[in-house]
Amino acid sequence: MEPADIGKTFRRLDYETKVTGRAQYLADMSVPGMCHGKILRSPYPHARIAKIDPSKALKVPGVVAVLTRDDILHDEGIEPFYGPVFKDQTIVAVEKVRHVGDPVAAVAALSVDAAEEALRAIEVDYEELPAVLNVAEAIKPDATLVHESVKLPPSGFADLAELKPVEGTNVCTHFRLNRGDIQKGFAAADHIFEDTFTLPATQHSFLETHACIASIEPGGRITVWATTQNPFVVRTQLANIFKVPVAKVRVIVPYLGGGYGGKVYPKVEPITVALAQKAGRPVRLVLTREEVFYTITKHAAVIRMKTGVKNDGALVARECEIHLDTGAYAEIGPRVAKKSGYTAAGPYKIPNLKIDSYSVYTNKPPAGAFRGFGVSQSAWAVESQMDIIATALKIDPLDLRKRNGYDEGDKFVTGETLRAVGLKECLDQAAQSIGWGKKDEGKKAANVRRGKGLACMIKATITPSISSAVVKLNEDASLSIYAGTVEMGQGSETVLAQIAGKELGIPMQTIQVLGVDTDVVPYDLTTSSSRSTFHMGKAVQLAAQDILRQLKQIVAQEYGVPDDQVTFAGGKIRLPETQLDYSDVMFKRFGMQGGTLVGEGQVKTSTKNEFGEKSTSAFWFLAAGAAEVEVDVETGKLKLIKYATAVDVGKALNPLGCRQQLAGAAITGIGQALFEEIAYDNGQLINPNLVDYVLPSLGDMPAVIDPICVEVPDPNGPFGAKGIGESALIPVAPAIANAVFDAVGVRIKDLPIKAEKIFLALEEKKEPSR
Amino acid sequence: MKKTISLKVNGSERSVEVEARTTLLDMVREQFALTGAKLGCDIQVCGACTLLLNGKPVSACSYLAVDADGCEILTTEGLSAGDRLHPLQEAFMDLGALQCGYCTSGFLLTAKALLDENPHPSEDEIRDYLAGNFCRCGCYQEIMQAIKKVRGSER
Repeated sequence: MEPADIGKTFRRLDYETKVTGRAQYLADMSVPGMCHGKILRSPYPHARIAKIDPSKALKVPGVVAVLTRDDILHDEGIEPFYGPVFKDQTIVAVEKVRHVGDPVAAVAALSVDAAEEALRAIEVDYEELPAVLNVAEAIKPDATLVHESVKLPPSGFADLAELKPVEGTNVCTHFRLNRGDIQKGFAAADHIFEDTFTLPATQHSFLETHACIASIEPGGRITVWATTQNPFVVRTQLANIFKVPVAKVRVIVPYLGGGYGGKVYPKVEPITVALAQKAGRPVRLVLTREEVFYTITKHAAVIRMKTGVKNDGALVARECEIHLDTGAYAEIGPRVAKKSGYTAAGPYKIPNLKIDSYSVYTNKPPAGAFRGFGVSQSAWAVESQMDIIATALKIDPLDLRKRNGYDEGDKFVTGETLRAVGLKECLDQAAQSIGWGKKDEGKKAANVRRGKGLACMIKATITPSISSAVVKLNEDASLSIYAGTVEMGQGSETVLAQIAGKELGIPMQTIQVLGVDTDVVPYDLTTSSSRSTFHMGKAVQLAAQDILRQLKQIVAQEYGVPDDQVTFAGGKIRLPETQLDYSDVMFKRFGMQGGTLVGEGQVKTSTKNEFGEKSTSAFWFLAAGAAEVEVDVETGKLKLIKYATAVDVGKALNPLGCRQQLAGAAITGIGQALFEEIAYDNGQLINPNLVDYVLPSLGDMPAVIDPICVEVPDPNGPFGAKGIGESALIPVAPAIANAVFDAVGVRIKDLPIKAEKIFLALEEKKEPSR
Repeated sequence: MKKTISLKVNGSERSVEVEARTTLLDMVREQFALTGAKLGCDIQVCGACTLLLNGKPVSACSYLAVDADGCEILTTEGLSAGDRLHPLQEAFMDLGALQCGYCTSGFLLTAKALLDENPHPSEDEIRDYLAGNFCRCGCYQEIMQAIKKVRGSER
């Protein structure tokens, strides 16, 4: 068995159980005595609940319990209000419903069928209220209020402390960023560009819907099996809602069937626990596909961007207003808006900025985290406008980006110094992959035009944050890794094993990464924000180094060899005269074949960086994308020929795993660029299924997707690695829009880039008077 | 209304009592505890629930168990021969054709049906045959490579 290594592809540890159909996902699990939960949801976007009567539902055979607002309002043991940023959500609706699909009641029954029948027997009288269905309506001075008031938590996220709802309005939060002197900046500009870009809400559409099993022991201890990306956040929230100490809540997370941001923060866990409490027995709740659309979406946005540019292409001023539709509940929308604001300047040095980024309440399903987290919204505007500027100034779009783009040591918009910045390498390599600057020689029909487009981005990771890991060296020198990172498809188990195995010089086959159980693994903030390799990887590395330190100590004590004469190589301990196996040293220490060495590692990122500056990100993501398209000028039909995605990964620990993340994120981006869109009619979500909400399939793929790993190591990452989960998604839509412009000269500013939009724009271009 | 049906599941003769409205997916998952096939969209477009019925892929979420009476069913659990994995399973692992794994059972079975029908499919034929399977993690390029690696080989 060869020792584990980094920079080398290893077969993923989660693969064999998955390809044999043996991997257990939540909906495959059951617990003894379990009954089935179902949720009654609002048919109205906004209504007051006059009356709710569950008596008929309780008579349906097989029904065990019905949960309504009366249960959560009059129970001393329940805090009805919760939410990751503001306490604006309730387990079931209390006074009013705020979006179609808002939970109104829930049933626990012996079968799913009985639970569904009981839902139909619950009598609810609604008094419909006027609804605000988009941000333009919601921000009018006399708009109907989605929330009359919003409760603030006693303490919350450090990075969001300054953001508060604007009383008496639908503005959930308003993030401001000002830099330099905006008026002087525009006065110094030779050209001013002003454009508005929009993008619709989309849905994560993981094939595994949200699900939960909740079980409450006599005495009140809560156990939940959850489809969550952040078990420790769910644990804290459940402890707060059900008023029990954190130690009395246990969250177990099996493999997830995808997450993409849609499984962070509490989703179905609070309602499942409340239902299990009421039922007095365990409850399993598995959402239907339709319900997932009511549970979480990606923020639709309207972005107005005004940019001042010098003749030579230098960006000198930008004013930008971003309105993000956060739906009926804040969820994590305030941070999404903040991240959009931070990246409204893109990866560019713009000395004068005035940025206002709002999350706005509307009567629509809540919007929250989605791979790309606010930056896929801002980048749509930033990168589309870059090409508008490049065209007007007759500058090559690649040159314009490189002229303004960040280099190592430049200051980010917050004033902090950027470190490990592979932006221009990404741009060059993506451009090169599609033959940037070369005329297309391919054969094509007379009505088809080819074009090429580029885009790039910068993104931050959640900071401050904490990841802790424990590793146990067993008596036979095998290793158990305890880490709270959720394996949701990204390959974290394998990378963590590679890191520990590399440090200790032991083979992958002797390493086990344990499942996530908050009773067992130490604290980790979240599996999101592309943070796990960087943070948890480092924590595991430190934990493995802790084991080496202990081995050295034992050797010094037991063999009398001083520290400085002990080295490690290939899983052996080298002494001046001889070498020892870890298991020899374990035997010597414990006097039998037994015993455990426990190593600990912790990473706690700070709001101060190594330069002593206020820091908003523990590391930086840089990436570029390049698209080559064909457009049919008669129909507007767009065909993606090639897509290259270059991401600064710091160091590719598992190269195939990196390429999977890059290509996978790019494909999600292709769906959002070309056709994904949640459609509403009067507040009704009209395509909550996978026929009408179309996902990319094999047939939608370009002939080639080229995932390129650029390596500019970050000194604080494990072996230089950075996070990469989100980067590749962000440039896709603007790169394609820029390629469409290059092909046929029309500029699409409203996602998705559908054939009819291109067709209509082409028609308008033909007859500008019409 | 219950009905007893007989069928062969992964090579074993089985008899089972099902409700007339029980789906094939619920039957294999709940009555045979074969949970490799997943419920994804529930309207036969995502392919996560795919099973092979007499060698042909069906969306088990929308197929009645009673209609499978007398048929032969293959699930992912039946793909390997003892400890020896099917070449498609090996290729999917070697080429990284899965991430979260939720769609994998459906892709493997659909790919097997394709290769059984057409041992040397072209890229376009693979694309067409697998158009009814979604991989939301976006492993399409790797899935294509894995199927191409296995096509034409001894299975």
